[in-house]
Amino acid sequence: MARKISMKMAINEAIDQEMTRDPTVIMMGEDIVGGAGGEGEKDAWGGVLGVTKGLYAKHPDKLLDTPLSESAYIGAAIGAAASGMRPIAELMFIDFMGVCFDQIFNQAAKFRYMFGGKAETPVVIRAMVGAGFRAAAQHSQMLTPIFTHIPGLKVVCPSTPYDTKGLLIQSIRDNDPVIFCEHKNLYGFEGDVPEKSYTVPLGEANVPREGKDVTIVAYGLMAHRALEAADLLAKDGIEAEVIDLRTLSPLDMDTVLESVEKTGRLVCVDEANPRCNIATDVSAQVAMNAFGALKAQIEMVAPPHVPVPFSPVLEDLYIPSGAQIADAARRTLAKGKT
Amino acid sequence: MPDNNPFPLPKDELLDAYRRMRTIREFEERLHVDFARGDIPGFVHLYAGEEAAAVGIMKHLWDGDHIASTHRGHGHCIAKGVDVVAMMKEIYGKKGGACEGKGGSMHIADLSKGMMGANGILGAGAPLVCGAALAAKYRAKQKGGPSDVAISFVGDGASNQGTFLESLNLAAVWNLPAIFVVENNGYAESTARDYGTAVDSYVDRAAGFGLPGITVDGTDFFAVYEAAGEVIRRAREGGGPSLLECKMVRFHGHFEGDAQTYRAKGELEDIRANRDCLQRFTQAILGAKAVSEAELQAIDRDVLGLIERAVAEAKAAPPPDAADLTTDVYVRY
Ligand SMILES: Cc1ncc(C[n+]2csc(CCOP(=O)(O)OP(=O)(O)O)c2C)c(N)n1
Ligand SMILES: [Mg+2]
Repeated sequence: MARKISMKMAINEAIDQEMTRDPTVIMMGEDIVGGAGGEGEKDAWGGVLGVTKGLYAKHPDKLLDTPLSESAYIGAAIGAAASGMRPIAELMFIDFMGVCFDQIFNQAAKFRYMFGGKAETPVVIRAMVGAGFRAAAQHSQMLTPIFTHIPGLKVVCPSTPYDTKGLLIQSIRDNDPVIFCEHKNLYGFEGDVPEKSYTVPLGEANVPREGKDVTIVAYGLMAHRALEAADLLAKDGIEAEVIDLRTLSPLDMDTVLESVEKTGRLVCVDEANPRCNIATDVSAQVAMNAFGALKAQIEMVAPPHVPVPFSPVLEDLYIPSGAQIADAARRTLAKGKT
Repeated sequence: MPDNNPFPLPKDELLDAYRRMRTIREFEERLHVDFARGDIPGFVHLYAGEEAAAVGIMKHLWDGDHIASTHRGHGHCIAKGVDVVAMMKEIYGKKGGACEGKGGSMHIADLSKGMMGANGILGAGAPLVCGAALAAKYRAKQKGGPSDVAISFVGDGASNQGTFLESLNLAAVWNLPAIFVVENNGYAESTARDYGTAVDSYVDRAAGFGLPGITVDGTDFFAVYEAAGEVIRRAREGGGPSLLECKMVRFHGHFEGDAQTYRAKGELEDIRANRDCLQRFTQAILGAKAVSEAELQAIDRDVLGLIERAVAEAKAAPPPDAADLTTDVYVRY
């Protein structure tokens, strides 16, 4: 049963199926229904890019449009999660975390530990991440490392419609707070997705391409760029192994270490800014735990340490390309032990 | 003032107000067309229909006064005197843009004009304006005379942000020369104002924070002008902050590409026919024979020429250089 749907529809379907299955699953966010209080069409938007369109008709009591008050409603989702519900809160753009971050990192993330293991906060905070939309500095960031830095939060960033559906269902069922990062430039990306409900476990990387010469670690949009790089390298007879992390917290280092033991060479790719990002974290862990397996220096491919520029010309330069990743792989292959 | 001018502004000021409003209108209508053609990247939020608020307020300001704008910022920029060609270049992401192409529509700024930027984050301007007003207060103390003021614009939806509400209190306790303008266009994205805001009256809300508040018909230039004059004068004289609500309408979607199905049937046609602030202003000044039709037509021609030139220059301008990607992050690193 091959059925191709977009990542956007995969999200919609996951929420629909979980709402149908579990009466405690509710969702809140700005214009996730749309048209509230007006005289025109109800469900006019279904979210700013139409991800939740149609859910309101099926679950009218479970989707709540909110005032433009992220501190209040993200916090309310967290409070409801601590009180028996299983809410999904949509933060629209991850960049808006600035106005509600206390509720996420001082409240949701710490309840379980501070309260001696007695609290559960099964909330999912969905947000769009990433550049390439010409949306400029405050609507384009890849802020994943800010969340992975915080103990108590789980962080997911899928690259395919299949993983998106399975990981979102798993995130909704998970009893910890999950930051679910959706790359806006992948919303239209289509892939095979089973109609039935299924889960993809948190904390397990995927290996979409196997190879023996060099390991490329990426996630989100960069997983696609890594696969492009692998295609480029294949033309030169280089076999790259691509690891799509999928979940950033918990982080599946076992899969990465196993791969590096095999290839001896590592390229870490990240769309987040280069200081203290996921790529530096993976690199450090490999250096600490598999130094002997490395045949050459680790390479990192990330944007420069600058905000996301508006000008399309600059934004395209900002986002790491498949060619840059392939070059990094060639650099590490050209050096070190054979 | 000539006998046939019953307005609180002399003729040249009326013509200037007309020019600014007409410039905003033509700028936005042109963007609407060019966006649909695919010429313009990114998110674009148009101010058409709301011009009387920006111009009615900004007519009272000088360069030392600061404003903090919103995502719907083009009108505030033009009314505050930001160069239209530099704005257009910015929206096209070109070199020579108001922010060298790095900011785009949502981040146009011109600090030399006291324009602290459009903003991609709702409510973010209000605390900044408290800071600008605090700085103005220190300046006034040193040099004497009336204080510069700082004005925060916020939408009806964004006025529910904690940052905005906290700023009202801060401005009140510090007695800052700050004005909080709520641009109430009835919608936040697709959601009706009344769905997201429990209190009907912004005057009541202001009172709850210890601020005087005024509500005006924001499609009536003279009503805005008069109310803004009062709150700005009070702030300049050390009388503290105020809130000014302008009830207004937006002529386009939330952003370009919005199908606006949330509106009532016939709503757009109705507001364009009956609540057009520019038409209302034009009829008033022509009706009183304060200005002549020929004078307005001459301005219209000028404005259209300016917009045409802005678009042509924006399209012809080179994009930023690759090296520009990594400049301007710090003053010095
Ligand atoms: C903190 C934050 N939350 C949400 C958004 C997304 N957003 C942009 S404009 C907008 C609606 C704003 O409505 P209103 O304040 O009434 O201004 P209007 O667009 O009507 O001028 C929303 C929700 C944002 N930019 N920033
Ligand atoms: Mg509004």
